[in-house]
Amino acid sequence: MKYTTQKVAYWFFLSALGLLALQIIYGFIMGFAHMGMDVLHDFIPFNTARAVHTNLLVCWLLLGFMGSAYYIIPEESQNELYSPKLAYIQLISFLAVGVTAIIAYHFNWWEGRKFLEIPRPLDYLVVVNVLAFLFNILMTLFKGKRQTTTALVLTMGLLFSALLYLPGMIWFDSQTLDSFYRWYVVHLWVEGVWELIMGGILAFLLIKITGVDREVIEKWLYVIVGLTFLSGILGTGHHFYYIGAPSYWLWIGGIFSALEPLAFLAMALFALNMYRKGEKKHPNKTALNWTLGAAITSFVGAGLLGAAHTLPNVNLYTHGTLVTAMHGHMAFWGAYAMIVLAIIAYAMPNITGRKLFNNGISQYAFWLSNIGMIGMTVAFGVAGVAQVYLERILGVDFMETQKEIEPHFLVLVLCASGFTAGVTLYIINFFKFGKPTDEALVAAS
Amino acid sequence: MLTKSQAKIFFLAGTIIFSVLFLGLSYDTHVNKHDEQTNADKITPEVVAGKHLWEANNCMGCHTIFGEGAYYAPELTKVIERRGAPYVKGVLMSPTPWGEYTSGRKMVAYGFSEKEANELIAYFEWIGKVDLNGFPAKPKYEIKKTK
Ligand code: HEC
Ligand code: HEM
Ligand code: HEM
Ligand SMILES: [Fe+2]
Repeated sequence: MKYTTQKVAYWFFLSALGLLALQIIYGFIMGFAHMGMDVLHDFIPFNTARAVHTNLLVCWLLLGFMGSAYYIIPEESQNELYSPKLAYIQLISFLAVGVTAIIAYHFNWWEGRKFLEIPRPLDYLVVVNVLAFLFNILMTLFKGKRQTTTALVLTMGLLFSALLYLPGMIWFDSQTLDSFYRWYVVHLWVEGVWELIMGGILAFLLIKITGVDREVIEKWLYVIVGLTFLSGILGTGHHFYYIGAPSYWLWIGGIFSALEPLAFLAMALFALNMYRKGEKKHPNKTALNWTLGAAITSFVGAGLLGAAHTLPNVNLYTHGTLVTAMHGHMAFWGAYAMIVLAIIAYAMPNITGRKLFNNGISQYAFWLSNIGMIGMTVAFGVAGVAQVYLERILGVDFMETQKEIEPHFLVLVLCASGFTAGVTLYIINFFKFGKPTDEALVAAS
Repeated sequence: MLTKSQAKIFFLAGTIIFSVLFLGLSYDTHVNKHDEQTNADKITPEVVAGKHLWEANNCMGCHTIFGEGAYYAPELTKVIERRGAPYVKGVLMSPTPWGEYTSGRKMVAYGFSEKEANELIAYFEWIGKVDLNGFPAKPKYEIKKTK
C-alpha cells in the first residue's frame, strides 16, 4: 500500500541533499587549510568552516531522518500523514533556522561548544520545530490501523533524540560539567538513540527489499537495539576519561564502550543474513547496495575504528587528535549518511513513478563515494597516527607536527574529490527521477 | 529459539537497568566528586567571564581543551604551564592574526582588551589545575631539533 502524503518526504530528501553538497564545500576549505593553504581565513576562518561543516552534517541527517519518518510511518501505520501542511511548515522553518545559524557562524555569533554551536535563541526554535514534527508523526501513528515494531523503534529514536537535546542547553560555569552533559547529546545520539532510527529504517528496507517475514526481522531489531543500549549508555564513559570526571569512568567506559561494536556487528550480520534468506527478486538494486553498504560500513567505521581508540590507555594518546577525525568521518558516513541515501534510493521510484532502478550513474555514485570515503579515512588515519607518535610520544611541538603531516592532507583532498564525484552523481540521479506525483503513489498501491 | 516477546523484554529491561545505572553514576560524578576533583571553589567570576569569552568566540573550533574540540591549533589545557601567562596575553591581544608569520596557520586577530585577556588567562589557569586522570600524558621521549 502507498499513501499520497508520502510525497512530503521528497522535499525533505531534496533539502537534505542540498545541505550535503554545501557541507562538502566547507570540508574542502578545511582540507586546504590543513595543507597550509588557509587562503579564505579573512572571510571564513577555520572555526567558522568547521561549525558549518559539522552543523550542516547534523542538519541534513536530521532532515533525512524526518523525511524517512514521513515516508515510512504512513506506510507502516496504514494511514495518511496526519497533517502534510504542518510537515511543509516544519520543513521550511527548519531550513530557516538552519540557514540563519550557518550565516550567524560567519559573523562570530554562536555558542562555541563542539557540535552544539547553534546560538541559544535558535535552540528554542529547534525545539519547537521538532515538537511539531513529533506531534505529526505520533498523531499519524495513533490514528493508524496498526502499530508495528519498526515504526515504534523509529519513533522512539526520534522522540529520545529530542529529549536528549535538552541537557545540552544548560549553562555550567565548570568546563568539566559543560563537557560532561555535552556528551549526553553527542554520544547518546550517535551511539544510542540514532541507532534506533538507523535500525528502524534498516528493518523497513529489509522487509521491503528482501521480502523476509516481518516477525523475523523485527525480532532481531529488538535484539540489536537491546545491544545498543546495553553497551552504549554506560559506554558514554569513554568520553569521561580525561575531562575531570572520576577515574571509575576509565574502567566503566572502557568495558562498556568496548562492547559497543557488538550492536554494529549484529546489524551487519542481520542485514546480510536477511539478504541471503530473501528472494532476491526486488528490482531496486541501488537501494539494496546502499542498505547492505550502510550495515557493513557502519560496523567498520563506528565499530572497528571506534574500538581502535576506545580503551583508556590508547585514548590517553589519541584523545583529541586526527585519529578521532578518521573515525568520525567513516562512522557518520557508514551509519547515518548511507542509511539516509539508502531510503532515498528506495523511495524515489515509488514516489515519482520513474523506475530508474539500476543504471550506470547510480552504480558509479555508490562505488565512487564509498571508495573515496575509504581513501579519506586512510588519509586522516595516517595523519592521525603520525601526529600521535610525533606529538604525544616523541614530544614534538604541536605546530611543528602539523607541518610534518601536511602532505597527508593532499591525499585527503584527492580522495575527497573522488568522494565528491560520487555524491554529485547521486544528486544528478536524484534529479533524473523528477517530481513526486499522486498518480505514482496511487498506482503503486 | 528466542521469541519476539523475549527479544522485546531483553531490550526494555536492558534499557531501563542501564539508564538507571548511568543516571546514578552521573549523579555521583556531578554532586559528590566534581567539586573536589576540579577545584570548583576556584571558579571565580573572572574564570566564568573567561569561559564566556571562550564560548562566544568558539575557540574550540580551532583548538582543543581537555582534548575536546578541533585539530587545527594547539591543545590549550596546559598552555599557561607551557608558555607562561605573558606569552598567552600577547597571543590574545595581538592585533594581527597570530601565527601568520611563524606557522602560516592563522588565529583570528581578536585584539582582546587587557581585562578580557586576563579573564581568559584566569580560565586557563583554572583549567590547567583540574585533575584529568593523567591527561595530557608526558611524552615518552624528548626530541631535540637539529636545525
Ligand atoms: C581560526 C582558528 C583559531 C581560533 C578561532 C582561535 N585560535 Fe588560538 N591559535 C590558532 C593557531 C593556528 C595558533 C598557533 C599559531 C602558531 O603558534 O603558529 C593559536 C595559538 C593560540 C595560543 C598559543 C598556544 C601555544 O601553545 O602557543 C593561545 C593561548 C590561543 N591560541 C588562544 C585562543 C583563544 C582563547 C581563542 C578564542 C578566543 C582562540 N585561540 C581562537 C588558531 C585559532
Ligand atoms: C555511528 C556511530 C558513531 C559515530 C557517528 C561516531 C562519531 C564520533 C565523533 C564525531 C567523535 C568526535 C566527537 C567529539 O569530540 O565531539 C567521536 C569520538 C569518539 N568515538 Fe565515536 N562514533 C560512533 C561510534 C563509536 C563506537 C561504537 C565507539 C567505540 C567502540 C566509538 C569510540 C569513540 C571514542 C573513544 C571517541 C573519543 C575520541 C577522542 O578521545 O578524541 N565511537 N565519535
Ligand atoms: C568531502 C570532503 C570532506 C572533507 C575534505 C572533510 C574534511 C574535514 C576536516 C579537515 C575536518 C576538521 C578536522 C579538524 O578539526 O581539524 C572535518 C571534520 C568533520 N567532518 Fe568532514 N570532510 C568531508 C566530508 C565529510 C562527510 C561526508 C562527513 C560525514 C559523513 C564528514 C564529517 C565530519 C565530522 C563528523 C567532523 C568532525 C570530526 C571530529 O571532530 O572528530 N565530513 N572534515
Ligand atoms: Fe562515544
